[in-house]
Amino acid sequence: MTALAHGFGDPVTDAQQVFHAAMNALARPGRPQPLTSGLEPPRPMTPELAAIALALADHEAPIWLDPALAAASGAADFLRFHTGAAVVADPGRAAFALIADPGMPLPVEQFALGTAEFPDRSTTLVIAVEDLSDTNGWVLRGPGIADRQSLLAAPWPHALADIVRLNSAVFPRGLDVLLAAPGRIVGLPRSTRFVEEI
Amino acid sequence: MTAQSATHTAPETGYNFAYLDEQTKRMIRRAILKAIAVPGYQVPFASREMPMPYGWGTGGVQVTASILGPDDVLKVIDQGSDDTTNAVSIRKFFKRTAGVRTTTRTGEATVIQTRHRIPEQPLGEGQVIVYQVPIPEPLRFLEPRETETRKLHALAEYGLMHVKLYEDIARHGHIATTYAYPVEVAGRYIMDPSPTPKFDNPKMHMMAGLQLFGAGREKRIYAIPPYTQVRSLDFEDHPFRIQTFSHPCALCAAEGVYLDEVVMDDRGGRMFVCSDTDSCEERREQGHRGAMLADTPAALKGESSHV
Repeated sequence: MTALAHGFGDPVTDAQQVFHAAMNALARPGRPQPLTSGLEPPRPMTPELAAIALALADHEAPIWLDPALAAASGAADFLRFHTGAAVVADPGRAAFALIADPGMPLPVEQFALGTAEFPDRSTTLVIAVEDLSDTNGWVLRGPGIADRQSLLAAPWPHALADIVRLNSAVFPRGLDVLLAAPGRIVGLPRSTRFVEEI
Repeated sequence: MTAQSATHTAPETGYNFAYLDEQTKRMIRRAILKAIAVPGYQVPFASREMPMPYGWGTGGVQVTASILGPDDVLKVIDQGSDDTTNAVSIRKFFKRTAGVRTTTRTGEATVIQTRHRIPEQPLGEGQVIVYQVPIPEPLRFLEPRETETRKLHALAEYGLMHVKLYEDIARHGHIATTYAYPVEVAGRYIMDPSPTPKFDNPKMHMMAGLQLFGAGREKRIYAIPPYTQVRSLDFEDHPFRIQTFSHPCALCAAEGVYLDEVVMDDRGGRMFVCSDTDSCEERREQGHRGAMLADTPAALKGESSHV
């Protein structure tokens, strides 16, 4: 039996700071926001994925894990212990989906998209990447962006183009995405559109 | 009055930081994130009882409590003023429960909670404005059933609202709605900007700061992200117009700002002064003088009145 990795050192302040980064990330799509995580979750869960889950998930907000995390020993236990959230197999029930392997295809249309009356009842996807940059790359437009915003993620998540296309088709329903690289996160709310693809 | 940028004070013991428990904050934070993702859409949330009555800003207070961090600087205004009961007590509430710094200076604040006004000074990228909202549903007085208004929003069926504005024109010759004037956010949802005067509606359009709205009794949170199109509803032949004032502020001579009427006596005496007290004070400090501004008595200036 292995010891459980620790949670937030200061749960109140740490959760506020992670939320603050997520709020600014979704309010200013494509612009990287600093996010420091002192967590050492079981791999392949990254410290940033863990920080977002611990800050925002609880017994009212179930978590779905991608195959890489679901197969990892200790990832689900770590989340259950620290958040009290249910780890669900059905993507349609998930408030948050944690994706450690951005290279794999995702069941995009099976996540909760919300309803026309309650578009907020939808899954937020948190996808780990290795690097995020806003100097060049795809060009984004939408609420939260003054004119245009560039975004490049490495590796580029396999499902992202499908998600953005789906979002423009079903808005105001849709999926909101947080991309989490070491030390920084980027938000792509469902209102964001790609104007130029590279 | 001077800016009260008190240093960090130790928060009251026995309460969590900023009063709310962590589970409540998480629930509200999730609602805020969804509100930002769907601009103008009202997200239901499990509003808590607060140690103040409904109508005193329980929705705004819960939003502020959920976003506030120890390094934030809080400003609270009520009808533009930092000095009214509501503003003073909410500022004190967060000083005691969170120990955050408070200010009356718009430029110094990172979080501004407001009832009924948007500051005259444009907000910057690092600022969040939290509106206290009494009735979040713009269609409520036209359609009392929540199930129906939800359907109208889902279908973007907003003809009713235009009929209401048209009836204004039929009855008064112009659109007579002067506050809580409906806006269309990012080309999709019709939203109630809370009972701010329509004078402030243009400030919401493409604002650099994040705008969050909390309605405690009605249990709704909604948002306008920075740099978002906000259009006040109107007609081609009756375009949206803001209020204009024939006189400048009687204390600081500002023009193009929102003025409050102050009745001076029972013989018709009155003055018009800035509703935004901070903007008015800053202008007077810069030397702007309105027609009715009195000279500060020498004793108050700190100069000796004795020779």
